[in-house]
Amino acid sequence: MRRALAFSRNTWRGLTSMRTALVLLFLLALAAMPGALLPQRSLNAGKTREYIAEHGWWGTLLDRLQFFDVYGSVWFSAIYLLLFISLVGCLVPRTTEYAKALRAKPVLTPRNLARLPHHATVTADATPEQVMADARAQLRGWRLAERDEAGGARSLSAERGYLREAGNLVFHFAMLGLIVALALGKMFNYEGQVIVLADGSGEHCNAAPANYDSFRPGLTVDGTGLHPFCVRVDDFTVGYLPNGQVDQFLVKIRYQAGDDLAAGRWHPYDLRVNEPLRLAGDRVYLLGQGYAPTFTVTFPDGQRRTQTMQWRPVDTLTLLSEGATKFDPPGVTDSGERRTRQLAVTGLFAPTALIHDKVLTSSFPDLTDPAVAVDVLRGDTGLDSGRSQSIFEVDRSLVDSGRLTRVARQNLKPGGEITLDDGTKVRFDGVERWVNLQVSHDPTQLWVLVSAVVMILGLGTSLVVKRRRLWVRAAPDDEGRTVVAVGGLARTDQAGYGEEFSRIAARLLSPRRDT
Amino acid sequence: MPVNETLASYSDWSFGAAALVYVFAMIFYTVEQAFGRAAKKSEAARELVHAGAPATPQIGLITEVPTRSRPERFGRMAVALTVLGAVLHLASLVLRGLATERAPWGNMYEYGAAAMLVAVVTWLVLMRKFDVRRLGAFVLTPIVILMFLGGTVLYTEAAPVQPALQSYWLVIHVSAAAASSGLFLVPGVVSLLYLVKVKHDADPAKFARLGPRLSDADTLDRLAYRTTIFAFPIYTFGIICGAIWAEAAWGRFWGWDPKETVAFVAWVVYAGYLHARATAGWRGSRAALINTIGFAMVVFNLFFINLLVTSLHSYA
Ligand code: HEM
Repeated sequence: MRRALAFSRNTWRGLTSMRTALVLLFLLALAAMPGALLPQRSLNAGKTREYIAEHGWWGTLLDRLQFFDVYGSVWFSAIYLLLFISLVGCLVPRTTEYAKALRAKPVLTPRNLARLPHHATVTADATPEQVMADARAQLRGWRLAERDEAGGARSLSAERGYLREAGNLVFHFAMLGLIVALALGKMFNYEGQVIVLADGSGEHCNAAPANYDSFRPGLTVDGTGLHPFCVRVDDFTVGYLPNGQVDQFLVKIRYQAGDDLAAGRWHPYDLRVNEPLRLAGDRVYLLGQGYAPTFTVTFPDGQRRTQTMQWRPVDTLTLLSEGATKFDPPGVTDSGERRTRQLAVTGLFAPTALIHDKVLTSSFPDLTDPAVAVDVLRGDTGLDSGRSQSIFEVDRSLVDSGRLTRVARQNLKPGGEITLDDGTKVRFDGVERWVNLQVSHDPTQLWVLVSAVVMILGLGTSLVVKRRRLWVRAAPDDEGRTVVAVGGLARTDQAGYGEEFSRIAARLLSPRRDT
Repeated sequence: MPVNETLASYSDWSFGAAALVYVFAMIFYTVEQAFGRAAKKSEAARELVHAGAPATPQIGLITEVPTRSRPERFGRMAVALTVLGAVLHLASLVLRGLATERAPWGNMYEYGAAAMLVAVVTWLVLMRKFDVRRLGAFVLTPIVILMFLGGTVLYTEAAPVQPALQSYWLVIHVSAAAASSGLFLVPGVVSLLYLVKVKHDADPAKFARLGPRLSDADTLDRLAYRTTIFAFPIYTFGIICGAIWAEAAWGRFWGWDPKETVAFVAWVVYAGYLHARATAGWRGSRAALINTIGFAMVVFNLFFINLLVTSLHSYA
């Protein structure tokens, strides 16, 4: 039992020593690095998969060791947890010590002031009492203690710069606060992304994770109890420079939240990059953009179906996009038959078409001369298979197995039409824009900010303020005059006490004895 | 937003001229350092205050006895050239700002130029406070190299910035980052010299030629520390502003984007430096090594992350 106690006490001492803190700090820095050098799943899942595939056993090993999820890994968490404990263990005794130091008197005057790094002496005509009174007046703002010494001498101990330690403690406590706020944030935050057409037709409501294209919940978020609000995107404009660089984005949206939902009230908002929509607890961001071509299929019996489906950019500079718009034949109830007559319009979309040898590329990201280069496929698009599939492409295996076959290939401008062998017509009507919105919820981020601001205030204080001591001794000499000695010591890094000391000493020692 | 091409080309011209003037300054510093006397030993006396004659800090160029040695004259000319270079350097930045009508640090070239200007100015200020003029060439070398890389590999035509950068946070966050990076350069280099000096002091056979010509170890150490504690809060402030901006621009205040990660690593390393100076057994050489690593991280963050890793920060 005693031994166990001793062991835990030693462990605790070891853990809270400065040296351990230092080592843990370096471990933290080292452990954070792989996250910058290796792809991270949370940032780019696709790239991570590729990396693992490319690197064989090495990739698999790294994956096992959580190198693709560094900031959620066991080892990273262990280091910062240890650091956190070390920090607490370090701060508690320091705080009590500081509280004691605040009440303590400045320390005794050293016997020999000439040994201190800063010192000076003169012989003056004033009495020791006068010297002390003068020194007291000079050292306003310092904490003082005056003492009688042997042989009629008197001395004054002065200390200043207590704020340094206070600032330092505030800094470290604020950092604790920041870590706690971060951890709580990880519990209760969520983040979802959704593509919405920018023609006023689409509406996104923050009611359930299912309304999102992708949704990342915090550790305790189960998707119920999301803060309800809805947004619509009425219009989206992008300004381009002549070189194709985006100059500005403007998304005109309408939103409703809280009581508005029941009352059916909508409020307008201009959403821009750097200016998210902030609702109570949630923020809505513009994250990406793209085009959604509209196709109309006229079936041989005269029935029509029109769809506007988002295609995804494959080139971020020119916004050349790819996608697959899928149609079911109307009125076909037999699923077997339907699965031979479904249509998919797939291919490329260019906002500013550049056609060279019938190959479509895009020369500019803005909508100046749109065109599509499409393959029309007929057969089983897989829509009925119940398997989830990408909305941007057709399932290649269906094409390879011959269940989906190409029946036409053509470049189309808006209004252009293809007539298939069975009389079905596919028309490219035009194009809409879409925006990718992100909804973020993080109830503790304000506390993170407050902690960070307090941290920097504490840090500034602790680095600017210098803890320093100064002593004055006035001792009568044999000739009835007084030897005045001044000494000074900076308790923290020596940096720059010299000038201040010189100034004070000069004032204290100047022969100006009018009292 | 059109770009004023005339101003932009004056800016480029001015940048090149500044780099060239720095090269000449380097040569002059090297002459002083190679032919000048070894560091004065009388420095120890500076802390003493003599009764009745308080030491007033000497400010400005001191008009001394006219018998100035030739190497010293070279040193003074080197300082004058450095000032001239800094003026041209500043002009280049201001002209870019005027040409593009925005803060002139929207891409890597501009950012590097701004950071290097801060480094040069930091050095000019420090030369007045510490007896370190002879070390000018060591500090200017990385500055000139970085400026050369900036002016060639990273060079970017004057242009407006993309929407994510059109924010007043560009001014605040990036200027804090550039200023602290520039400031960190000086202690990074000086800490390296400190390591050399300490090795030499322990065994005069090591660095026998260079060692005696460096300032004394204590001066180097104090200079590095004082500059670092000045830069560190600015760096911290820059990171916090970055987080605030990221919250508005990218939807989260911290996402372990590579740039953020390495900034965090560098911050932790500098925090380690400050702790090391308060830890027995870690003061001196170990602390100096940590400081140098800190600056290496800052440079790594600028080059490696911007050029080789996909990051939200890859604007350049
Ligand atoms: C999360 C990890 C930590 C970070 C990022 C951190 C950061 C800092 C920073 C930036 C300073 C500089 C302020 C100054 O010099 O006055 C500092 C000082 C200090 N820290 Fe920490 N700290 C951490 C953990 C700890 C721990 C665990 C301890 C105790 C074992 C500790 C003890 C101290 C002490 C005693 C000082 C004052 C040093 C001095 O007077 O220069 N810190 N810390």
